[in-house]
Amino acid sequence: MTGAQILIEALIKENVEVMFGYPGGVVLPIFDRLYDAPIKFILTRHEQAAAHAADAYARVTGKVGVCLATSGPGATNLVTGIATAYMDSVPMVAITGQVKTTLIGNDAFQEADVTGITRPITKHNYLVRNVKELACIVKEAFYIASTGRPGPVVIDLPVDVQTSECDFDYPQTCHMRSYNPTYEGHPGQIKKAAKLISQARRPIIYAGGGVIISGASQELKDLAEKINAPVTMTLLGLGGFDGTHRLSLGMLGMHGTAYANYAIMESDLIIAVGARFDDRVTGRLDAFAPHAKIIHIDIDPVSISKNVHVHVPIVGDAKNILRELNKIAKPCDSEAWIKQVFAWREKHPLTYYKNDDKLRPQFVIEKIYEVTRGEAIITTEVGQNQMWASQWYKYSKPRTFISSGGLGTMGYGFPAAIGAQLGMPGKLVFDIAGDGSIQMNIQELATAVNNRLPVKVAILNNGFLGMVRQWQELFYNKRYSKTKLVNPDFVKLAEAYGAVGMRITKKEEVVPALEKAIAIDGTVFMDFIVEPEENVFPMVPAGEAINRMIGGMA
Amino acid sequence: MKHTISVLAENKFGVLARIAGLFSARGYNIASLAVSETLDQAISSMTIVVDAQDEKILEQIKKQLNKLIDVITVTDFTKKEHVDRELILVKINYSSKEKAKLENVLEKYAAKIIQHKGDTAIIEAVGEQAQVKQLLEILSQFGIKELVRTGRVAIATH
Repeated sequence: MTGAQILIEALIKENVEVMFGYPGGVVLPIFDRLYDAPIKFILTRHEQAAAHAADAYARVTGKVGVCLATSGPGATNLVTGIATAYMDSVPMVAITGQVKTTLIGNDAFQEADVTGITRPITKHNYLVRNVKELACIVKEAFYIASTGRPGPVVIDLPVDVQTSECDFDYPQTCHMRSYNPTYEGHPGQIKKAAKLISQARRPIIYAGGGVIISGASQELKDLAEKINAPVTMTLLGLGGFDGTHRLSLGMLGMHGTAYANYAIMESDLIIAVGARFDDRVTGRLDAFAPHAKIIHIDIDPVSISKNVHVHVPIVGDAKNILRELNKIAKPCDSEAWIKQVFAWREKHPLTYYKNDDKLRPQFVIEKIYEVTRGEAIITTEVGQNQMWASQWYKYSKPRTFISSGGLGTMGYGFPAAIGAQLGMPGKLVFDIAGDGSIQMNIQELATAVNNRLPVKVAILNNGFLGMVRQWQELFYNKRYSKTKLVNPDFVKLAEAYGAVGMRITKKEEVVPALEKAIAIDGTVFMDFIVEPEENVFPMVPAGEAINRMIGGMA
Repeated sequence: MKHTISVLAENKFGVLARIAGLFSARGYNIASLAVSETLDQAISSMTIVVDAQDEKILEQIKKQLNKLIDVITVTDFTKKEHVDRELILVKINYSSKEKAKLENVLEKYAAKIIQHKGDTAIIEAVGEQAQVKQLLEILSQFGIKELVRTGRVAIATH
């Protein structure tokens, strides 16, 4: 078989059903094999979108997302998408074409040092120099991408390797002496954790994306209910614990709920599960949770004690560890604490001004929640739209909130909606977008329409790069430097691509418009003309302790 | 404070770049680096001397190294009995007048002249960092023309 054939056969063996990408000169042999391969290939209109779509496909299905691009500019266009997946621990295999092995290093046409460029933003990468290595490399790439703390793996494949021949022998298993992720938590550490829990009076569970990746939602719920501890989630943790559960405090951090931030700051025990104490969560580090002991469950040893000192580290898979912990954990005396936390929640809920006719973005998201009965998959762009989507939609199931957390990539949401829809064809998928972000990958209207994908894009159109404008308002004396946008007509634009466009300017139009959009079996762009200077509150200013919020606890 | 770390890694294309890249991307300092094959040609050995302000950073460096897919083991010699050596080659001014004095010094440091031509001699010396430093101070009296040195290599006692 040729290298190109081997690649396709290996992808089939890895159960790849859908992949995303864009053709080019040095990947012609691969595209020739794809022509009649039993893999659905989605042609995006930009390689960045292929990477984001593969990433979201992986996030909604739990499978490895696959994208393919040509050498040089094709590969560099993938870079933002690869970095996005890396920051959010998404299993992805990105395949890039490369110039002939004899030309590598010669500044050949469309050559870029892809393994060099992607080294710091991948879990691992490969330059295939001999066709005999190819099958094994593909096996390893999928294994590495999907095990331990997942992440993207790049396979850089020179065109002459694609056309060279060798026998195809796909390895059944993969053993690497230098890579052995730990899955089982240390029993002694789990015992120590159970002891700390039994002594706690003000416990809180802080759940991150690791809960969703490991499929530990049920175990997490069991723990929370058993020990009677409130649960707060990171942006990527949303849906890992039911947002409508009585113990849910929603998201914490810079734009978290006041009660979640207050609770973690006043807690005497933090049980961190699959979260990494990111700066958007902790705020000012030396002021973070001063009374708390910390139990940290994470599969990546690097995450432990990186930012905060951890008292009981437990390295391993969250699901396994929580299951073991649940066997021995005893309820703690947290009744008074729970009362206090619920009182904070009662007194300082998320809020926005409702007593006028103005159409506010929070209202739009609340209505999307109501109309979809909380059952849609929500993707987001980055900025105010993302924060409102995290605050005003309640996620009750894992893998339903798809957002670029770590890297904060504008332009993520729309291609992510495409990837999510392909991963979950029966689900309703909404991209909650801003008028700035949506224009970073708006060309994907063609991909969505051509593939008859019924994704709905709700543009919260405030005519600004809203989050930056908000910072300029609060910290730069309202000097709105380069944040006012002059936008195209999104309705006409959608129509030009063959999608349906709608414009909504009044509160009372929102629900009927949403119902109409959902009934349409096709791509819909909804242009919600919202209050231009609405802010996301609460907000912790950069460098402040997270209980010092603007618009939080008055 | 300086720490000596030994890394065994798959002897694969780009492995040195991965390790060097990790240090530069995360802002850690490499004081010296010595790379070689081991008895097993598939494994490469690296002795890295790192400058870490505190225990926490040292821990992170070790964990980050371990996280690299190609890294097989990471050994920290900070609290482990070991011997370590550095090698220097020094080109100094040489005159027969000072020969006796020089040989006296070299003998004390188990160093030797490996070549001399005209008014130049090349000295080879091996030792712990402190010894090498002392020797260099003494040799500077003769006039050092050029100096090259390897990174530190280390091996555990047990």
